[in-house]
Amino acid sequence: MEKIASRERGGAAAPSLPVVAPRRRSWLRGDHLVAVLMLLPSIVAVAVFIYGFIIWTGYVSTVKWNTVVEDYSPVGLKNWIDLIRMDRFHWDMRNLLLYAAAFMSQCIIIGFFIAFLLDQRIKGEAFFRTIVVFPFAVSGVVTGVAWRWLMQPTTGINLLLRNLGIVDTRFAWNADPKLGILAISIAAAWQFTGYVMSLYLAGLRGISDEVREAARVDGAGTFALYRHIIIPLLMPVTFTAIVLTGMGSIRTFDLVVVLQGPAFSTDMLAFHMYQATFGLYRFSLGATIGFFMILLSALLVGPYLRSMGGSLET
Amino acid sequence: MRLERRLSRAPIYLALVAFSVFYLLPFYVMIITGLKPYEDLNVTRMWELPRGIHLEGLAEGWRWVAPNFRNSAMITIPAALLSSVLGSMNGYIFAKWRFPRSNLIFILFLVGMFLPYQGILIPLVRTLQLFHLYGSPIGLILVHCIFGIPITALLFRGYYVGIPNELVDAAKIDGCGFFGIYRRILLPISMPAFGVVLLWQFTSIWNDYLIGLVVLSSPRLAPINVAVQNIAGSWSVEWNVQMSAALIAAAPTIVVYLALGKLFMRGLLAGALKG
Amino acid sequence: MARRALNRRAFLQLVGAGAGAAMLAACVPVTTPAPAEPTQPPEELPEAGATPTMAEVAVATPAGAAAEAAELTGELEIFSWWTSGGEVEALQALYDILAAQHPAITINNAALAGGQGQGGNMKALLETRMLGGQPPDSFQVHLGRELIDGHVIAGRMEPLDELYASEGWTEVFQPDVIEIASYEGHPWSVPVNIHRSNCLWYRPSRLETVGVTEPPATWDEFFEVAQKLKEKDIPAMAIGEQGGAGGFSGHILENILVSVLEPEAYRGLFDGTTPWDHEGVTKSLEIMNQIYDYANPDFPSTSWGDINDRFVADDGPAMMLMGDWTRGVLQSKGFADYHWTVAPGTQGLFMVLSDSFGLPKNAPHRDNAIAFLKVCGSREGQDAFNPIKVSISARTDADRTKYDEYLQEAMDDFANNEGVPSIQHGAAVKQSFLLDYDIALADLAANRDVEKCRGMLVEAAKVAEIMK
Repeated sequence: MEKIASRERGGAAAPSLPVVAPRRRSWLRGDHLVAVLMLLPSIVAVAVFIYGFIIWTGYVSTVKWNTVVEDYSPVGLKNWIDLIRMDRFHWDMRNLLLYAAAFMSQCIIIGFFIAFLLDQRIKGEAFFRTIVVFPFAVSGVVTGVAWRWLMQPTTGINLLLRNLGIVDTRFAWNADPKLGILAISIAAAWQFTGYVMSLYLAGLRGISDEVREAARVDGAGTFALYRHIIIPLLMPVTFTAIVLTGMGSIRTFDLVVVLQGPAFSTDMLAFHMYQATFGLYRFSLGATIGFFMILLSALLVGPYLRSMGGSLET
Repeated sequence: MRLERRLSRAPIYLALVAFSVFYLLPFYVMIITGLKPYEDLNVTRMWELPRGIHLEGLAEGWRWVAPNFRNSAMITIPAALLSSVLGSMNGYIFAKWRFPRSNLIFILFLVGMFLPYQGILIPLVRTLQLFHLYGSPIGLILVHCIFGIPITALLFRGYYVGIPNELVDAAKIDGCGFFGIYRRILLPISMPAFGVVLLWQFTSIWNDYLIGLVVLSSPRLAPINVAVQNIAGSWSVEWNVQMSAALIAAAPTIVVYLALGKLFMRGLLAGALKG
Repeated sequence: MARRALNRRAFLQLVGAGAGAAMLAACVPVTTPAPAEPTQPPEELPEAGATPTMAEVAVATPAGAAAEAAELTGELEIFSWWTSGGEVEALQALYDILAAQHPAITINNAALAGGQGQGGNMKALLETRMLGGQPPDSFQVHLGRELIDGHVIAGRMEPLDELYASEGWTEVFQPDVIEIASYEGHPWSVPVNIHRSNCLWYRPSRLETVGVTEPPATWDEFFEVAQKLKEKDIPAMAIGEQGGAGGFSGHILENILVSVLEPEAYRGLFDGTTPWDHEGVTKSLEIMNQIYDYANPDFPSTSWGDINDRFVADDGPAMMLMGDWTRGVLQSKGFADYHWTVAPGTQGLFMVLSDSFGLPKNAPHRDNAIAFLKVCGSREGQDAFNPIKVSISARTDADRTKYDEYLQEAMDDFANNEGVPSIQHGAAVKQSFLLDYDIALADLAANRDVEKCRGMLVEAAKVAEIMK
């Protein structure tokens, strides 16, 4: 990626600057101070609004505030044990795994495939690219509203497939009591695949022609080229895509609200937490779910950040 | 690239067209439903084109969400601009001004990207009330800027890291200080990065649902996606009005995407999002 | 290069100016366009019976009784989830009366629709405001446990004893109603209407296709009719149970419960004298489970909002068990091919639910709020509000001429029948139990497992502490 960056800017003229007497080195140290000071407000904001809140949430998960009356008496891990025992929580985890697997694979596989197609120097690449990324601009709520219509069992996609004579299906989509969550992952993937596709496209463009040429000289066919060279080279993009889609899965909320299916078939952690807090007034339980979501995210983010830590030295 | 010419074009175009249909399908549904009069809303005839263009659905949808549209505009535009500028500054600092622990702080910032908002609603409201910002649009703008700090810093940092340090050093030797380097070297070439960040921030903030619902203390101040969700869940609002409202809500981000799309791709290609 | 530098500066200035302008704009309050409303001509406020005057002092501003006649100014912020058709106009009728009395008050109608269940988003927002000590001046809330367990127990509401006394409401509201509104001997909100939950809406034309001329009066009769309808592929019962806690089945179940358990045992469900694994509860769940066999087949994906459209469709279900606000909805769709009766097995009973307004502590404009509450409880207010909302007045001295055919029947029933509190609509139990209750029923609708559902209800009752 860096090669591209510098190549693009290679042509820019060096900025012309006023001729000034060279300053002393101590001034540069002053500049570092300025940098830190400029960063300080953000540091404070992050410390309070993110870390402070995380700690508050963790704290509330260990107290007894489960009715409308605020009650901060400590109860240790009781809320956690209650949560792990809940049937609804088991559904949430099951749904998370199903959803994440479906969402990730759709985004990555389809995203890569479309990027591959677009990379073939076709006409109208910009046009197709625009269409595929279109859904990304739209909110979760709007996505849900449109897909709810599409997923009505008596109409929508079922009707379309029937009209086209393809197949007479009566899928329940998001109203399916067991697999409703997969239907939601389709709507989510519809929305996000374009973004992943853009990442892959950028990645593909960043692979220089020399590499492809060298592979061709070595006798590699297209399939081998992709399997042994290009896909491994795109590992960083795949990694980013996995992390982003994983994160997105944990936080899915808007779509669940609009596309909610029967019982717990589409329940997810974020929605459970919202209902626990604002519907059941079990604030400590809600905080427990929230903190659990943060822990899960940290698990996913850990490897990502460690890899970033490595590349940070560039 | 010449290698791939061996693949014939036709299946490629076919596949792309098929995908395009899939990605446009929901829009198609929204538009034709929004343009139908109430009498034509029939589950069995859902896919049919509307007979003529009926704007009642659109007009009614606008009547419902116009104030919310205004609210969203008032909040999203300043918030997106401010958080982009802030991100640019922060990204610059992280990329070009190493000080002890700066990498650690950067990583700590990134953790903020993964925060589930549901978790922190109560303390968020309490904190805002402390500063008398609860219920005010300025409070919401501030919240969006703060929650945007990690992602904007990440994007800009990735972009600026690609700028060779020699340029920066040359500027330093010529006597530029902190602000001089930013103004003369980085800012002029930041347009693609701004494209990426503005698009991302504008989209995230405009499309936000939960924070807007809770931080604004009165329904009249609700942003547009909150309004759309309410209409979609309410008793007696017809489908065509719901779809119209959804279209109205989606329009600005689509427009912004179409306008900034090229900048967006350029920014991605220039390494704004480093894996 | 210089030009580029200038452009950057211009860019930054533009950003700054844009942000500044937007922030200035943010300071200007955004007003919702008021929908066109029918205005009521202001009438003389009639005296509602003997009014002890000395109690007026307690409720008036500290300055004394003289101040009561003084002009009230300032804002009045009212939360509600009334945003559909008739609801908006009904509320506006109340506002108009208030405006006629105190023209200097600026009324801020903060209404947020739908969301998760009835008023879900509104309730979340309200909860956040209350927790933060910034209540609105008043808010719509179901009369009874929804308010009591929601905000009274948390110490956030003011008791309305003096207001009840000074306005003569203790004489004019039915004892059943005041009972529901009260906790620890004090009333906590003013009912503005009475809705009935145990109504069966049916389409005579659909029933006639199987030779049935009278709607079923018991559940056994219902299933006989349903079986006949099923043979002709007609769904017997309209159900819209979309989502994880829709509440539609919950509404039906409460009517089954009261018919199976009889009123006394039914009331026992909420104070621990009837356990939730009582055989009557099991029988009710079995009836509910059986109804699903005769419901419209797409009931798991039909939402509460959509079910009315299903009911009025040519191939729609023959019957629907839903509260009497249904009449208003059907009227707004211009539908007339229906009639009503009581829910099977609930003859002589009136399942009560009521919308009401209370007085939060530290209401920013307390005097205005009190003035509004007075309008809510007044004869004029209720007779203006209820005909539009299609509910009946909570007062026993309503002007019958203003109410339509169904409502007059309802008023008679309300006066003569035994009142029982609704579960689904916040009268009988706390909000959190209601959500668990709806979740349990959504599970029944999806998994059709009576044992499991009952287990969930028992668990929920224990958590809510209405069962040992």
